[in-house]
Amino acid sequence: MLTLTSPVKTWAHRLPAWGKLLVLCAYTVLLFALQTPLAMAVAALLPVTLLASCGGSFAITSLRMLRPLWPFVAVVVLWHLWLGDSAGGAVVILRMLAAVLAANFVTMTTQLSQMIALIEGLARPLAPILPPRALALAIALVIRFIPVMLTRTEAIAQAWRARSPRKPGWRILLPTTLAALDDADRVAEALRARGGAG
Amino acid sequence: MEKNLTHIALFAALIAVLGLVPKIELLSGVPITAQSMGVMLCGTVLGARRGALAVLLFLVLVAVGLPLLAGGRGGLGVFASPSVGFLIGFPVAAFVAGFIVERWTAPVGIAAFTGAVLGGIVVLYAFGIPGMAFMLDKSLAEATALSTPFFPGDLIKAGLTALVTRAIAQMRPGALLSRG
Repeated sequence: MLTLTSPVKTWAHRLPAWGKLLVLCAYTVLLFALQTPLAMAVAALLPVTLLASCGGSFAITSLRMLRPLWPFVAVVVLWHLWLGDSAGGAVVILRMLAAVLAANFVTMTTQLSQMIALIEGLARPLAPILPPRALALAIALVIRFIPVMLTRTEAIAQAWRARSPRKPGWRILLPTTLAALDDADRVAEALRARGGAG
Repeated sequence: MEKNLTHIALFAALIAVLGLVPKIELLSGVPITAQSMGVMLCGTVLGARRGALAVLLFLVLVAVGLPLLAGGRGGLGVFASPSVGFLIGFPVAAFVAGFIVERWTAPVGIAAFTGAVLGGIVVLYAFGIPGMAFMLDKSLAEATALSTPFFPGDLIKAGLTALVTRAIAQMRPGALLSRG
């Protein structure tokens, strides 16, 4: 399965994941403290400069990841034009775009394995109730089973099409869920047979 | 131990799959997917604790950079977007839905529908709307107005969740961990 990490190697890939995450947290807190459009625009220059330093195709990919935000931008623009408060609208939109760009920059420049190692490190204090090995195994199982379940859902939909002229809609939901339950039982047995998850 | 772990992991995968498979576009590009139904199902089928853990595991995988949210979204950016409140509400929604199915001895279908409505709609919106109001600097009433296009779809999803949960109770009574 594809991750959101950029295949274009940049200088930021070499920085430690925890460092990038700390800077991201501080930056996001700062964004929410700023109140004027000018200050927000200056702050928004940071992720834009970072993107620009990583080359054209990297920047285009990361701008494309902003697409789900356009409905929100449109609503805020219309709303604030109607209110006649363009400064307030500019602050909201710049803050949203800057925060998401910066967060996506961290995601795009950090390998999945580094992120998972970071999560396991963060979860270590929880070890008595959440064994680190169980967490690692659970993450691996999800990553492995998403493509398996996608393939099977497609097979269930094909079987539906072979029997009916109508489109398979919500009716394939039940077999998909049942199959997940059955898989969970079988994988549990397989794990136990190989010495258990603990 | 193994059984809990695999059920949590496979239902986390199920939420992802339901977000990727069927898609209906409601007015102006607001995608309606089965993803929030996956959250409801986690609660009503696995029960409160396991359901919430499955949703948390799903969110961890989204945060580390897998594009598992509906529309191929993922990464840390979604936690800085206006819909962050809904993401935070997901595990709580599954917990409430599961809690109701576990504790209320009504017929499974009725308990599951009530759980899905209270958890997957009431509780979820109670997190999502303030989140959106905060991120977009709007009042709660304005944020509520922005969220209403999703409401009819969510009601349908609660109904489907109840149907699926009841069917599982009939076909695999032992697999319905929330009533186990």
